[in-house]
Amino acid sequence: MGLAASQEDFAQALLHAERPMPAGITTARGQADAARFAVYRNNVHVGLTKALAQRFPVTEQLVGAAFFTAMARLYAQDNKPASPRIIDYGDDFPAFIAAFEPAAELAYLADVASLEAAWTRAYHAADAGLLDLSVLAAVAPDALPNLRLAAHPSAALIRSPHPVGSIWGAHQSATVPPMEAWDAETVLVVRPDMHVNVHIIPAQDGIFAQALFGGAPLGEAAEAAFAHEPAFDFGAALVGLHALGAFAGIHQGDVP
Amino acid sequence: MMDAATRPARLPDRLPNRAGLGLKPEHYGHVLEHRPDIGFFEVHAENYMGAGGPPHRYLESVAKLYPLSLHGVGLSIGAARPLDRVHLSRLRTLVERYKPQSFSEHLAWSTHDTGFLNDLLPLPYTDETLARVIDHVDEAQQAIGQRLLLENPSTYVLFEDSTIDEIDFLEEIAARTGCGLLLDVNNVMVSSVNHRLDPHTYMDRFPVGRIGEIHLAGYDETVDGAGERLLIDAHGSPVKADVMALYEHALARTGPVPTLIEWDNDVPDFATLQAEAVRAEARIAREAGRRNRQTRAA
Amino acid sequence: MNRSTLALALAGSLATAVASTAFAAPLAPEKMAGNEKCYGVSLKGQNDCAAGAGTTCAGTSTMDYQGNAWKAVPKGTCVTMKGGMHMGSLTPIKG
Repeated sequence: MGLAASQEDFAQALLHAERPMPAGITTARGQADAARFAVYRNNVHVGLTKALAQRFPVTEQLVGAAFFTAMARLYAQDNKPASPRIIDYGDDFPAFIAAFEPAAELAYLADVASLEAAWTRAYHAADAGLLDLSVLAAVAPDALPNLRLAAHPSAALIRSPHPVGSIWGAHQSATVPPMEAWDAETVLVVRPDMHVNVHIIPAQDGIFAQALFGGAPLGEAAEAAFAHEPAFDFGAALVGLHALGAFAGIHQGDVP
Repeated sequence: MMDAATRPARLPDRLPNRAGLGLKPEHYGHVLEHRPDIGFFEVHAENYMGAGGPPHRYLESVAKLYPLSLHGVGLSIGAARPLDRVHLSRLRTLVERYKPQSFSEHLAWSTHDTGFLNDLLPLPYTDETLARVIDHVDEAQQAIGQRLLLENPSTYVLFEDSTIDEIDFLEEIAARTGCGLLLDVNNVMVSSVNHRLDPHTYMDRFPVGRIGEIHLAGYDETVDGAGERLLIDAHGSPVKADVMALYEHALARTGPVPTLIEWDNDVPDFATLQAEAVRAEARIAREAGRRNRQTRAA
Repeated sequence: MNRSTLALALAGSLATAVASTAFAAPLAPEKMAGNEKCYGVSLKGQNDCAAGAGTTCAGTSTMDYQGNAWKAVPKGTCVTMKGGMHMGSLTPIKG
């Protein structure tokens, strides 16, 4: 058997535990040994489930190690890292959890996982400077609605019907304190410099930020937020989000 | 021994013949604050392939203070399929940015249509695989613009098709590509025990002139389906006594060589890692002393 | 709201907000921490060594037994509210 066929056979046997060992492997005693091949199978599965546990520690705490490992193994079965750059591995694990029936009763679990995925993305995101507020303040009023802002490369929003930020925050200490309330939360994850920060922001400001991050100009984003909450404070939201480091600058070409 | 105050401002262009440690995120702060007397640091290239953030900032600071070894774990040099050009360009970017004193990779494969398999998988040693690996090493060295050190693997199975001995295989690759070799002493112990070979015989045949770096690590132990002793290359414990003895045996042939302590799983506190480096470095110093006495006597 | 009314409303709102903040320029990161209290709720995060998944070039002797039947049920931290009410059922999955 040629190398390509033999590696395909080896890989198929690795990926499917019910398959026989690949042809052509042996031992010094002249007989293939399932326990030895199992070391490779095990390395692949344990390596990937451990990688997920490292990226999703609060998700793991919420369901316990046994449940998490079983869930992660099912995910890893059908989702291998797209490249050797496994710092990206698990980007779509939150979507898998959202559709994962045995975890359905923990309705907030997928959103907590989304927050954790955003945390590591922010950690490894490109570095960038921050929007200069004085430049924004100097923009002529009639140019303001058409202005588009560049999101900071690290910035991400998680808008959840559950208190996803408070749940995550409660799990950052050794003992998990009880929740003060059970409300919907919008969370901004951002790394303006060396530290990844997690903030709960007002829901309408989250709608505003999400529109801006999606490339909408300020006027359109503000109208979306007003539609949700007539008391939306445009200036406070913009200055507040800026202070947290949500914007890298003004979109090229939008300022005369 | 140097302390931080007397360390030369300019770093050498190769790894020093001292002990080095893997640089782990949990120790970034300690290393930069205390500047421990460590010969060099090694990182896995793939952990620094993000666009930015703290990993790059810390590594930039560390690389200004210590010689750096860049160790790839995902190039899949032993694969039948072509090398991943995108991954090669990521490696080149890292090499250009950090100018590591050494770049190394594994004699193994890990890529598949379904994605990256995240383990160092074994290959049969045949004329076909030899040609394949030689092409890949040539291509990798061209792409990254630096000589590569190729590491001997730890393996748990053998292949019926293999017609070439592992050492002959490695030696031929080095001779044909000009690459160096990374001698992983723990892998020698693991593979030798797993395949009923004598690790000292393996060591005595290894082409010492090609060695650019040595790796040491701790193995785990279990048994296979027939109850035979099976060692697992686990990198989660101190270097075992038999591996340390094999290392001394190797040093007697190689002379002082840059030596890395690999501890990737259940990473302990920095002091524990540093104690492992001190153990290895004592053996390098002893071998250097022995050679000096021989030279003077001659 | 027509376009010019919107433009004026936004500009006025922005001017008010900028005037009420001491920071017209981007904040230095060390000042950011203090200012965060003014807007949103900042959560104390995990330490910065949590880099997510890292590579390994090692194997493992930890066995992951691959059973076929899905038997695990979530048994993690109980998210509770003050007063003891459990949020999110943690009852075992039957079957």
